[in-house]
Amino acid sequence: MSVLQLRAVSKTYGQEPARVQALDGVDLSVQAGEMVAVMGPSGSGKSTLLTIAGSLEEPTSGDVLVCGMALAGMPEGRKARLRRRVIGYVFQDYNLLPGLTAAENAALPLELDGVAVPKARTAALEALEALGVADRAGRFPDQLSGGERQRVAIARAVVGDRRLLLADEPSGALDSVNADEVMRLLHEACQRGVAAVVVTHDAQLAAWADRVVVLRDGRVTGQTTRPPGPESLLVPEEIR
Amino acid sequence: MSVPHALLALLTEGPKYGLQLREEFEAGTGEVWLLNVGQVYKTLGRLERDGLAESDDAGQDGPQKRYRITPHGADALAAWLRTPPDMTSPPRDELVMKVLVAARLPGTDAHEVIQSHRLYLLELMQQWTRLKEGEARDDLGLALVVDAELFRLDAVIRWLDAADARLRRAAAQPSRPGPVPAPVPQLRRLGARR
Repeated sequence: MSVLQLRAVSKTYGQEPARVQALDGVDLSVQAGEMVAVMGPSGSGKSTLLTIAGSLEEPTSGDVLVCGMALAGMPEGRKARLRRRVIGYVFQDYNLLPGLTAAENAALPLELDGVAVPKARTAALEALEALGVADRAGRFPDQLSGGERQRVAIARAVVGDRRLLLADEPSGALDSVNADEVMRLLHEACQRGVAAVVVTHDAQLAAWADRVVVLRDGRVTGQTTRPPGPESLLVPEEIR
Repeated sequence: MSVPHALLALLTEGPKYGLQLREEFEAGTGEVWLLNVGQVYKTLGRLERDGLAESDDAGQDGPQKRYRITPHGADALAAWLRTPPDMTSPPRDELVMKVLVAARLPGTDAHEVIQSHRLYLLELMQQWTRLKEGEARDDLGLALVVDAELFRLDAVIRWLDAADARLRRAAAQPSRPGPVPAPVPQLRRLGARR
């Protein structure tokens, strides 16, 4: 079963003559353990695709299913539970709460879902450990480097066994070494069974994905097919 | 690809045999660039002829001959490291040629040509990234080579994106008579002759 499925999803804003077609008949299916990167120029619809996939916005037409559950007609309370329990979000500017420590930030989605604080904190610490920042658990966001803040943000997105990760330019504010490391961590989360959709304009970061989908003017204009393994790159060629 | 200088660099670590130099060169590049053994001995012969390296004895070429770097060789290596290569003339690039041709050929969708090449490059980058994630994690030489390739392919994709955008803008602008073009700058003509 796909963790995320978009079927013929379209989104328009406004009315003629100022009507904007942000998405136009997009089909996308993401399995558990798969990372899909979405690339495209500004205005191609990438961020709209993410907000619709994350139930933060409704499509004008088409179907969105998360873990087999159709979002259309879903009561807001159920959608909110879905966002707390199933879907994790990673933003470019981290969106950590400045008055909470790293552990408190990471635990927040679980606590908001009614999980007891000690249990939520334990899960948060496990997530921070998996992301290599458990020793920063007691620090506040302004005491962390950019790379550390992003790891805490990812921990918050995966804590409590989320099934779907949606990341919008998750490495955008980082230098290339840290950006690469963030993608590695997201990919490792996928290897543990999470499905991920990552919006990025950077080909080096998109290359971490199992599949790259290209959007232009709200439409999918192409995607990579599953490439052969890296051993095909190393057929030795002698230097002349 | 300066194999002579790479061999000189390995010789700065101490005297070495030809086969040993080949193995160390290949290991140093993560086994991505391989050397033909004949080429190794030919290069060592040239280094000796130019006074940049010397061998143990005047015997036959072969696995028993050990080579060492000379002071002149050490100076040449230092100068090579400091001196940027001549990059003034852009190499003839098949992909650039394809886009130029596609932009002019009637009935050809240049954007489709760009997109198909872009997808191919992305797939190559995915493969290199798998290597970076796997074997290259513990092999510094391989990691450097993999990074170099990823940055190179990334640069090509960025150019394709820029070319795509430029072609779209050009298509969207109404054609109008332009000013009489200035004579081609002398610099460009010199570059073309090379």
